[in-house]
Amino acid sequence: MKIRAQIGMVLNLDKCIGCHTCSVTCKNVWTSRDGVEYAWFNNVETKPGTGYPTDWENQDRWNGGWTRTKSGKLQPKQGAKWRILANMFANPDLPEIDDYYEPFDFDYDHLKSAPEGKAFPTARPRSKITGERIQKIEKGPNWEEILGGEFEKRSQDYNFEGIQKQIYGEYENTFMMYLPRLCEHCLNPACAASCPSGAIYKREEDGIVLIDQEKCRGWRMCVSGCPYKKVYYNWSTGKSEKCTLCYPRIESGNPTVCSETCVGRIRYLGVMLYDADKIAEAANAADKMDLYDAQLGVFLDPKDPAVIAEAQKQGIPQDWIKAAQESPIWKMAMEWKVAFPLHPEYRTLPMVWYIPPLSPIQNAAEAGAIGMDGAMPDVKNLRIPLRYLANMLTAGDEKPIARALERMLAMRAYMRAKSVDGVIDEAVAARVGLSGQVIEDMYRIMALADYEDRFVIPTTHREQVEEAYDLRGGCGFTDSNGCSTGTSKASLFGGSKKPLKMPQEVR
Amino acid sequence: MNNFFFGIYPYIALSIMIVGSIARYDRDPFTWKSSSSQLLRRKQLMVGSILFHVGVLFIFFGHFFGLLVPHQVYEAIGIHAEAKQLLAAIAGGIAGIVAIIGALMLAHRRLTEPRIRDTSSFWDITILLMLVAQLALGLISVPYSIATAEHGSVINFMNWAQGVFTFQSGNAAHIADEPLIYKLHIVLGLTIFLVFPFTRLVHILSGFAAPVRYLLTRTGYQIVRSRRQAPRHPAE
Repeated sequence: MKIRAQIGMVLNLDKCIGCHTCSVTCKNVWTSRDGVEYAWFNNVETKPGTGYPTDWENQDRWNGGWTRTKSGKLQPKQGAKWRILANMFANPDLPEIDDYYEPFDFDYDHLKSAPEGKAFPTARPRSKITGERIQKIEKGPNWEEILGGEFEKRSQDYNFEGIQKQIYGEYENTFMMYLPRLCEHCLNPACAASCPSGAIYKREEDGIVLIDQEKCRGWRMCVSGCPYKKVYYNWSTGKSEKCTLCYPRIESGNPTVCSETCVGRIRYLGVMLYDADKIAEAANAADKMDLYDAQLGVFLDPKDPAVIAEAQKQGIPQDWIKAAQESPIWKMAMEWKVAFPLHPEYRTLPMVWYIPPLSPIQNAAEAGAIGMDGAMPDVKNLRIPLRYLANMLTAGDEKPIARALERMLAMRAYMRAKSVDGVIDEAVAARVGLSGQVIEDMYRIMALADYEDRFVIPTTHREQVEEAYDLRGGCGFTDSNGCSTGTSKASLFGGSKKPLKMPQEVR
Repeated sequence: MNNFFFGIYPYIALSIMIVGSIARYDRDPFTWKSSSSQLLRRKQLMVGSILFHVGVLFIFFGHFFGLLVPHQVYEAIGIHAEAKQLLAAIAGGIAGIVAIIGALMLAHRRLTEPRIRDTSSFWDITILLMLVAQLALGLISVPYSIATAEHGSVINFMNWAQGVFTFQSGNAAHIADEPLIYKLHIVLGLTIFLVFPFTRLVHILSGFAAPVRYLLTRTGYQIVRSRRQAPRHPAE
């Protein structure tokens, strides 16, 4: 058993209002620079839709993630190592910037400098790559906002697999939901596996996946390797970049910018302990429908005395174990089973999980006629098809999704009975396999969602890894090479280097 | 003049290449990259880049082994000077055509595609044009090389190239009487070595290093880094 800690995230889609505050604050902090204008480390998509970049979920087209070969071996879907190396000259699976969108700005200055005329001056768009006029903007980072565009196009959404989708194009049957997306900080990252330079690594202490900007050579295999298309090639610096889970904030115990600024309070951050020795097996489950369960099997119960003892022995700090015990992620993913990984069939064991959204009851006119089971409507009558959510979150297995939605409905029924009728309805809790006490816990975490309940983030233990003496007079965060003292231990031009300790590879 | 270009210039070029590359790798690793522009425009790159790289790699190894393996080795396996020159000219000629088709596609793309043109640096364009010119010079010399195969010029070039690496004095004399076309090819080639550390060409070194590390020294696929390390001053 090799115990590691991971900062995981859960997004409660039931409460997402699609305001894009997460995306905008993330952009302002991380990608408001040359070369990554088109990149959104966090973006919010309206589903059903083809997303950003277009059709990203279609791995028959992009070859992202992992595949299980006929002989039962796990390898990147874009090919084994030799195949990836052979693609270094030209990567056949790399999206073009137009698959995201050509970044643009507007001629705002024209609004005040235009000469007097008959027509009101307008600010026309201009490419951020070439600086040339764009006659018509063909695509943007959120092109399908609130079901924008015709159904014909949006219905190419990969999550419609196995669904008679035509009826959902009709006005009466239409449905929608929001899907905020960011790097999944996978337990089995396909981007890291695809990097010929070994520049992408997972941090042992908190599981954050980062790209070493000094080791990246711009082979761009990570961009195609990531099935979520959350690694972006910076065309200005020639290096790949991705979401850092705001690690400088996480290290000091603060939530990521996207989580901090979420007005719907839908985001949760917490520690999960997992057994690194089980990853290879869990990612290689023969049936894709088993992958969700297999990933649950990787996590370790932080309240189990044997796990605690072993974690202490392996050097997991005490406050991290305590944080794991109070982790909202553990509660939602493991205890209540209401949160699910995004596309487990990619075999990356992602660590940003989603609570599926409830939706209005189909055909409200018939509401009296459809299955009201006691105080609860039947989840099969919800407007968003179960199968659609299952394709997105459990590789097509509807049972776990149905159970999660039932539990959320039960939570509403229980709390309504309690606060409106003044009745404690243990029966409705028991029907979904929970107790009233657990439901009240769920209500506190999922509905009230206080700051302290959403974010249980232990600080990093810098005192174990750095000497403050070495850091004095040091350089902070910069773009490009500003603070680098170079890669070698000795200084090329004499003098001694600052003895800064960089993270070292572990086997 | 002859002595400068073929006796002294090789050392200037190679020294700058080596020291410059070490300095850049050590001091500014962030700039060490392939500078791919595939994201901005896929068209012409898929075919052009593959043709160019495959051709150029073949030519590189051809020159490397052709010039630096001692002539006695070739004699021992029954390849004489004339046959060797023909082999080099024909095989190199084919690879050269493949490479120059690719290079011209890439050059056309870089110069005419606004997205690529506007995001290109001075050296992106210059080095590409230098490579096109170098490939052209090499190809122009091919018919001449085939026609004069019996003179065995190849032996002179081998002696010269090996002389550079064995620090022979008066080395330039080996090729003093060779035609201008070969000499231009050599001088431009040395100049490419000279500017190597200041251009995107540095990615060649990574291109050779990456497969070794990825295939041989990296067990499995994943990389985990830890900040937890042995304390620098262990408790006494």
